[in-house]
Amino acid sequence: MPKNEIPEINAGSMADIAFLLLIFFLVATTMDVDSGLSRRLPPWIDQTTEKPPEIKKRNVFTVLINANNQFLVQNEWGNIKELRKKAKEFIENPNNDPSLPEKEMKNIPFFGEYPVSKQVISLQNDRGTKYEVYLKVQNELVAAYNELRQELAKKKFAKDYEKLTEEQRDAINEIYPQRISEAEPKNLGGK
Amino acid sequence: MGKFKQKTKGGTPKISTASLPDVIFMLLFFFMVTTVMRDVELKVKLKIPQDITEAKKIEKKSLVSYIYVGEPRPQFQKIFGTEPRIQLNDAFAKLSDIQSFIEKERAARPESDVPFLTTSLKVDINTKMGIITDLKQELRKANALKINYSGRSKPKS
Repeated sequence: MPKNEIPEINAGSMADIAFLLLIFFLVATTMDVDSGLSRRLPPWIDQTTEKPPEIKKRNVFTVLINANNQFLVQNEWGNIKELRKKAKEFIENPNNDPSLPEKEMKNIPFFGEYPVSKQVISLQNDRGTKYEVYLKVQNELVAAYNELRQELAKKKFAKDYEKLTEEQRDAINEIYPQRISEAEPKNLGGK
Repeated sequence: MGKFKQKTKGGTPKISTASLPDVIFMLLFFFMVTTVMRDVELKVKLKIPQDITEAKKIEKKSLVSYIYVGEPRPQFQKIFGTEPRIQLNDAFAKLSDIQSFIEKERAARPESDVPFLTTSLKVDINTKMGIITDLKQELRKANALKINYSGRSKPKS
């Protein structure tokens, strides 16, 4: 009787095939995760429509950046390190300073009647401003809001802002709404 | 004499390589699962801003369309110059192409996802704001209002 067994297949080259695939995926892989600063643009309106509502000067926090990447914060020379602190002080207005934004009593869930400031941050840059500087400023302003929200969350709910329920977060957002307005840029610095 | 011969024969036994494919396959599967295919070839120099502390991870990558802005790479500088340019998909584009690009991106996705579409701006740090402002105006006209300025929260070590 002849041997009728199936001969064993040589698996020696299997490793080579697997290596080949492995190297392909190694080359094609990008490991970095996408992250960034999310913002919302205002909807497009024609220039002919009505004038924007008047906002009192004390309610506006102006940040100007010129083509040489210099700052003018509330009509004073500023720098990026102080921006966050100044913005926080402006938004919160802890001592009801008359030169800082007005407050309006609002009924907010969890908080009851709570004075909400009418703050608006106005950011204007030049066409020659460097993108990096612009983004750093945006980052500082967003950070100012986030820090205030975090502080309030800690004080009221004794929890991190990130760990609150959606209703609680909405309440805090209503007290510190993010209002960063970007004016049409000027072209003073030339190209 | 016979003794010596036997000793050399049994010196080092052959290591079995039978489990090598298994090990390699394991690595292979790891990379297959973690891979994100590079979908566009960058034609611009791109250095994403670092140290943006408030940067958040983009959750749904399928809902993001990318716009790249930066100085053309050296091999394209003869044709396109050194001024920062916009890159959409695989080609350089003009500002007037933005609106049709957004339309195409919308058409490629189910209608229920359209309101959640985000445009990610990957901009080189040395770009001047002029081109970005024009770009933003075009996006406003196209009603693509959700944008994301790409940046890393930690400086690259």
